[in-house]
Amino acid sequence: MTKNITCVACPMGCGITVEIADNGEILSVTGNTCKRGDAYARTECTHPERSLATTVRVDNGMTNVVPCKSATALPKEKIFDCMKVINTARASAPVKIGDVLVENILDTGVNIVATNDCPVK
Amino acid sequence: MLNYDIVVIGGGPAGMAAAIKAKECGVDSILILERAETLGGILEQCIHTGFGLHYFGEELSGPEYAARFIKIVNEKNIEYKVDTMALQITGDNKVYAVNKTDGLIEIQAKAIILAMGCRERPRGALNTPGTRASGVMTAGTAQKYVNIDGYMPGKKIVILGSGDIGLIMARRMTLEGAKVQCVCELMPYSSGLTRNIVQCLNDFDIPLYLSCTVIDIKGKDRVEGVVIADVGPDRKPIPGTERLIECDTLMLSCGLIPENELTREVGIELDNVTSGAVVDENRQTSQKGVFACGNVLHVHDLVDYVTLESQTAGEGAANYVLGNVREPDYITTKGVNGVRYIVPQKIDLKNEGDVKLYFRVGNTYKNASIVVKYNGAEIIRRKRPRLAPGEMENVVIKNDVLKTFSHDGTIEIGVEE
Amino acid sequence: MIYNVAIIGGGVVGALIAREMSRYNIKTALIEKCNDVAMGTSKANSAIVHAGFDAKPGTLKAKLNVRGTQLMPQVCKELNVPFKQTGSLVVAFSKEEVGTLDELKARGETNGVPGLEIYDREKLREEEKYISDEAVAALWAPSAGIVCPYELTIAATENAVTNGVEFFRNFCVSKIEKNDGIFTLSDGDKEIKTQVVINAAGLYCEEIAKLIGDSSIETIARKGEYMLCDKAIGHLAKHTIFQCPSKMGKGVLVTPTVDGNLLIGPSAVDVPDKDDTTTTAQGLDGILKTAQKSVPCLNTRNVITSFAGIRSHCTRDDFIIEKSKADESFINVAGIESPGLSSAPAIAEYVRDIIFTLISCEKKDGFNPVRPDPVRFRHMSNEERKAVIAENPAYGRIICRCETITEGEIIDAIKAPAGARDVDGVKRRTRAGMGRCQGGFCGSKVVELLAKELSLEINEITKFGGESRILYERTK
Repeated sequence: MTKNITCVACPMGCGITVEIADNGEILSVTGNTCKRGDAYARTECTHPERSLATTVRVDNGMTNVVPCKSATALPKEKIFDCMKVINTARASAPVKIGDVLVENILDTGVNIVATNDCPVK
Repeated sequence: MLNYDIVVIGGGPAGMAAAIKAKECGVDSILILERAETLGGILEQCIHTGFGLHYFGEELSGPEYAARFIKIVNEKNIEYKVDTMALQITGDNKVYAVNKTDGLIEIQAKAIILAMGCRERPRGALNTPGTRASGVMTAGTAQKYVNIDGYMPGKKIVILGSGDIGLIMARRMTLEGAKVQCVCELMPYSSGLTRNIVQCLNDFDIPLYLSCTVIDIKGKDRVEGVVIADVGPDRKPIPGTERLIECDTLMLSCGLIPENELTREVGIELDNVTSGAVVDENRQTSQKGVFACGNVLHVHDLVDYVTLESQTAGEGAANYVLGNVREPDYITTKGVNGVRYIVPQKIDLKNEGDVKLYFRVGNTYKNASIVVKYNGAEIIRRKRPRLAPGEMENVVIKNDVLKTFSHDGTIEIGVEE
Repeated sequence: MIYNVAIIGGGVVGALIAREMSRYNIKTALIEKCNDVAMGTSKANSAIVHAGFDAKPGTLKAKLNVRGTQLMPQVCKELNVPFKQTGSLVVAFSKEEVGTLDELKARGETNGVPGLEIYDREKLREEEKYISDEAVAALWAPSAGIVCPYELTIAATENAVTNGVEFFRNFCVSKIEKNDGIFTLSDGDKEIKTQVVINAAGLYCEEIAKLIGDSSIETIARKGEYMLCDKAIGHLAKHTIFQCPSKMGKGVLVTPTVDGNLLIGPSAVDVPDKDDTTTTAQGLDGILKTAQKSVPCLNTRNVITSFAGIRSHCTRDDFIIEKSKADESFINVAGIESPGLSSAPAIAEYVRDIIFTLISCEKKDGFNPVRPDPVRFRHMSNEERKAVIAENPAYGRIICRCETITEGEIIDAIKAPAGARDVDGVKRRTRAGMGRCQGGFCGSKVVELLAKELSLEINEITKFGGESRILYERTK
């Protein structure tokens, strides 16, 4: 089986063709122009990952919410489940950039961290 | 009257990078004027990641990218005033600004760096017919509501225009539980980055309709739907292709316009294509001592390039203030054969370094070449597997090549298929 | 509480009648069905003070137009509403149309319009640099002018309220009863009692009259679409430029606005729905093409926004301002289409005189004709700016960057008598959001200020009342 994907490792957006054997083994990766493209293509065809950026509710903050992101990429299929967890999380002002807001979300080993400060109201 | 060597108008990524660079080049007296409550500019609401891959080699969110520069601004004790609006600049480099605490401020600057950024094209400029119902907003406004204020600006959404902000908002609203019905793009190609199409639309099965536009907005109080239609090569709707899409919100992501009101009022020469100032390789405008960088100069797709360009402008302004300037001997640059514009528009032949020319194409190309000519003679040819209007390109003119040019010459960049 | 006079309709006519009646020692109510005044025809029209040569001599239109235009400069001065006597030109493109100009001139002179003059091609070109080469002559009317119709309505309402008129918003009169000589107006929930009713409901005069069994009014809703262009091309017309009139109205005009923009329009299409203020590709295309006949260099590049207004065209082809045959204490003020804005100050006097025949009114002490000039930061000198910021720092914070509108001005607009309650209300009072970015940057800040001043959550703020909320619930 061959899969055509668009690389998103950088803004170049290379078209990559991946040949996959029936047992799931990757036979070849072509069309990429860098190593990151190769790695992206392999991950995308075996266990796709996405980084997640959203907000967490803040009590007593200057703003209602503080932005956050997954410290590293999450399994793509768990994105909406992660959103559910994040949407129930609460932070208390002051929040500092880098603060862990949700630890080890859904046992993925990935933390959700604040990406901005949120001072007290 | 206050006195500063350099006044930077705008405290977003462009203004901060320019100010920091100018400080590093030895100018101490610098003031940044920022209209929002904090430094950081539009990055503060761009909470998605993807910033900094070029500049930091890391994938940062907008606020994180901004925070790195805010930290340096503070460490270097660069002065800034937030919640402060620049009202006017004058021909002798005075700046008038206003805020609540200082009132009206008059500043005499030796150099001014324009870094006001850009604004989104609103519905009116698109002349979209229909009702005046609530629920029509630019993608950037929606982004502020959802990411900063924490409110849903809509639940069932149609996005007109496939600019990056529109694509990013398609994903953002979907993550927050809204249904994004479709993204309509007037042109036969998207103006957004490929990775955004993949990660913001394809990942969520949001359809992207190319050569398609909104021709009517329905709803009395709140938007209830929009009529979309395919367009022909003349970009006019094709009769018979109209269909009604139910939605409560129409988000517009139809292009960005540099905010050059101050620039225009003082009479600085503007480029009709970029809607920004005409500048030289130091990003100096037609008014001596006035520099421009970032999205106020031309709209960038990546903030990393904004940073680099702004460092150039910061260095240029510093040299100007420190007296390291000479009478320039300019040649001009010109986009031809599919190249819409080039920044800078002119280069001083006495320049001591290499010069990087940034440009944009007006169409999509595969396996094309970029050809640089000087007075008609080819000097550089570069193969490009892919060219798209949404992605800024660049070529470097080496200093030894530059030194062979004589004044009144023209450098042309074009695409060859 | 029984009012002496209740005016149904917070348009320019209703507001000026309210202000006129606030000079007297009577109790007056001004009733508006929307969240703000000037929400119908008064919001979206050509904003022209016509000289008065169009209407047939002897009609109310002719009489009240000329008188209204005469009163307008003083009214605007008292209310601090921008008015410019720019003069108007009716342009002829053929020999036949030159004949029309002569007719208009003769008619105007009969109506008492001052200073009419026919310009030849050269004189016209001298006056309007960008006029079409095809234009052969024009009728010059120096008394014509331009005014902002919703600002006039807002200012008149403010002044009326300051002088004791009570303003009711979101009161849609759906039932009228009369007992013992007193009308009871009801919106299905609340009631207002009054001796005299003034039906100034604009597009809905017909429906309001029917509530007392008067079906004498027949109106047609006629839509007009407009395009507003950037100030950058405001210089393309010095005066209001008309083309020769047709049976559908005065045709497409090109005019400067009091704010320095350029306005082109309107189209004229009869529509079944009185609230159909949709703009159409066809309509906008049409007005641009027609306007280009007058000023060929116009294009869509400088269009900031487009809008449509509905005017109430009366089958009787004149204003109807008279006691209803069904009840003489019920005064219809109907069919107020062009030149309704120009006539409005005169209509107010005319209606006042009818009211005088019904109830006794005496001039009251302490009537203040002046509506204080709002702070308009953008028009101030730097010295004046320093002074107002020293007085109130909120004038030092710019909210709308395109139009240079300050936080102080927006708060003033919300706190004013009959003040703004929604985003469009702030926009009409201050111009915040009317510039190039059309509220892209300041929209959310205006929402915040409204919420703060009105002690509401930001998702309770609407664009123009009703269900026009801007935000849904919190994301989390």
